[in-house]
Amino acid sequence: MAFFLARRLVQAVLILLGVAAITFLLLYFLPADPAVLIAGRSATPQMVAAIRHELGFDQPLGMQFLHYVGNLLHGDLGRSYTQKTEVLPLILARLPATLILMAAGIVVEVALGLTFGIIAAVRRGGFVDRSVMMLSFVGVSSPQFVVALLLLYVFAATLGWFPMSGFGTARHVVLPALTLGVLGAGWYARMVRSAMIEVLRHDYVRTAHAKGLSGRRVVLGHALPNALLPIIAMVGIDIGQFMSGVVVVEAVYGWPGIGQLAWQAIQQVDVPIIMGVTLVSALAIVLGNLLADFVAPFVDPRIRSQ
Amino acid sequence: MRVLRELIRRPSALFGLVVVVLVLLAAIFAPWIAHFSPDDQLADGLSLEGAPLPPGGDHLFGTDTLGRDLFARVLFGARTSLIIGLVANGVAVAIGLLVGLLAGYLRGAAGNLLMRFTDLMMAFPALLLAIALAALLRPSLWIVAMVIALVNWVQVARIVYTETRGLVERDFIVAERSLGAGNGRIILLHILPHLMPTAIVWGTLGIATTVLLEATLSFLGIGVQPPQPSWGNIIFESQSYFQDAPWLVFIPGAIILVTALSFNLIGDALRDILDPTQRGRL
Repeated sequence: MAFFLARRLVQAVLILLGVAAITFLLLYFLPADPAVLIAGRSATPQMVAAIRHELGFDQPLGMQFLHYVGNLLHGDLGRSYTQKTEVLPLILARLPATLILMAAGIVVEVALGLTFGIIAAVRRGGFVDRSVMMLSFVGVSSPQFVVALLLLYVFAATLGWFPMSGFGTARHVVLPALTLGVLGAGWYARMVRSAMIEVLRHDYVRTAHAKGLSGRRVVLGHALPNALLPIIAMVGIDIGQFMSGVVVVEAVYGWPGIGQLAWQAIQQVDVPIIMGVTLVSALAIVLGNLLADFVAPFVDPRIRSQ
Repeated sequence: MRVLRELIRRPSALFGLVVVVLVLLAAIFAPWIAHFSPDDQLADGLSLEGAPLPPGGDHLFGTDTLGRDLFARVLFGARTSLIIGLVANGVAVAIGLLVGLLAGYLRGAAGNLLMRFTDLMMAFPALLLAIALAALLRPSLWIVAMVIALVNWVQVARIVYTETRGLVERDFIVAERSLGAGNGRIILLHILPHLMPTAIVWGTLGIATTVLLEATLSFLGIGVQPPQPSWGNIIFESQSYFQDAPWLVFIPGAIILVTALSFNLIGDALRDILDPTQRGRL
């Protein structure tokens, strides 16, 4: 098992290196010349050339890449074109808000998904089951920004239960977290359902029933633990979905996280910030998957013994 | 034909099919259906106070903040959204087929390299990568389509890879090879036909993803640029008025939802019909 985890760790590092290579090549080959963007509109060609030299853009490709990776390892994600500051502090300052939002979104998704997935699996063919199957499709077919605006329209503008936008109190978190969590919850419930159905077929579940345990104890105490593994792997994968989702959700709700930072950077073509957020998100996705790998042995003793 | 008959027998797939046909017809015949041009800022398109008109009367869906007929814009927006949906997803499935097939057939170092690259692409959040690309490339309709294709081929490649690996081991391929068939012949005549169901299913499911991604990019202001209407940028243009003129946001929003849902329902039914072993799995 230690070998397996070590291999996953090496893979994660390689993937991150590849991610860095791709963002680097994107920056290198794209038509927008960063030196021109930094210099501004009224710059002379000499000024542009000076900036290009200063940033090392006149060096060979390989050297530039090594330099780039070296900088990344020191936490240097470059300087913002418009805000004239380092990108990393900008991202770090906004990371907590995003983490709060993501955590709340995951709680919503997992709570709804687990509850309805389990009910759907136990009462196969029943009302909940059919609703879950149908709603899971509606969830993945919904444009997130429309749902965000709809929630705002109904619960903030019309009913006035929650604030329109902003950050600070628990009431601010509710609508953004619902937007993030509800759409994925249907699909999540579907995954939980199929994992549970797989487990409920086993003989030990019948044995548990036969020895007179209550239905609740059989399902939650005996079946669920064995169905948890794919469910945990799903959370790891979902972190990627969430990272994409936060851009839209934070833009609509004015949530001061890295998604909003990226959105503002998009409007000003502030490439280092966009790339910085992309890198941090990729890091989060790799870490999320890695975390799922590391948690698995604690959830499932069968993996521990391998 | 058998597939079509089976599709019609399923209520949810039939619903999807009807919606998709309606949307296609609306997109094709947009100039004949709409009474107004999508770009005309109508003289009577705003109220006396300068506010957009709510749905009803001359304007089925009302008018937008510039006094343009929303129904006409949605019809012409269907063209943009569907073109991107079909082109972007067609390209994505083609790339996915090529990469997955080559990696699965070649195996060895080359196959490994291709699949590691695919894994790498999986580590990128699709929307953010598309945002980064679109923000840098000065978006137009075709650029947006290409950006979406570049982030969406990965899943197809993974599935095709797994299927190809299984196929290559099968007896009929081994037999074919021992008869002296070349690689090109085996791939084109014997492996590719077996991958067609997968391509069709993902070709359909992927359109839903693509339509949503286009709408999202346009909503963020880096998709198709106004005045050319797309479902996403219609919402983008009026999002700040969503309290006073909710129809400007929620009518196109509902249309995006129903369209994406329809493609998903058809794709799901096709998966059941074309691949009976998957039935009821997910």
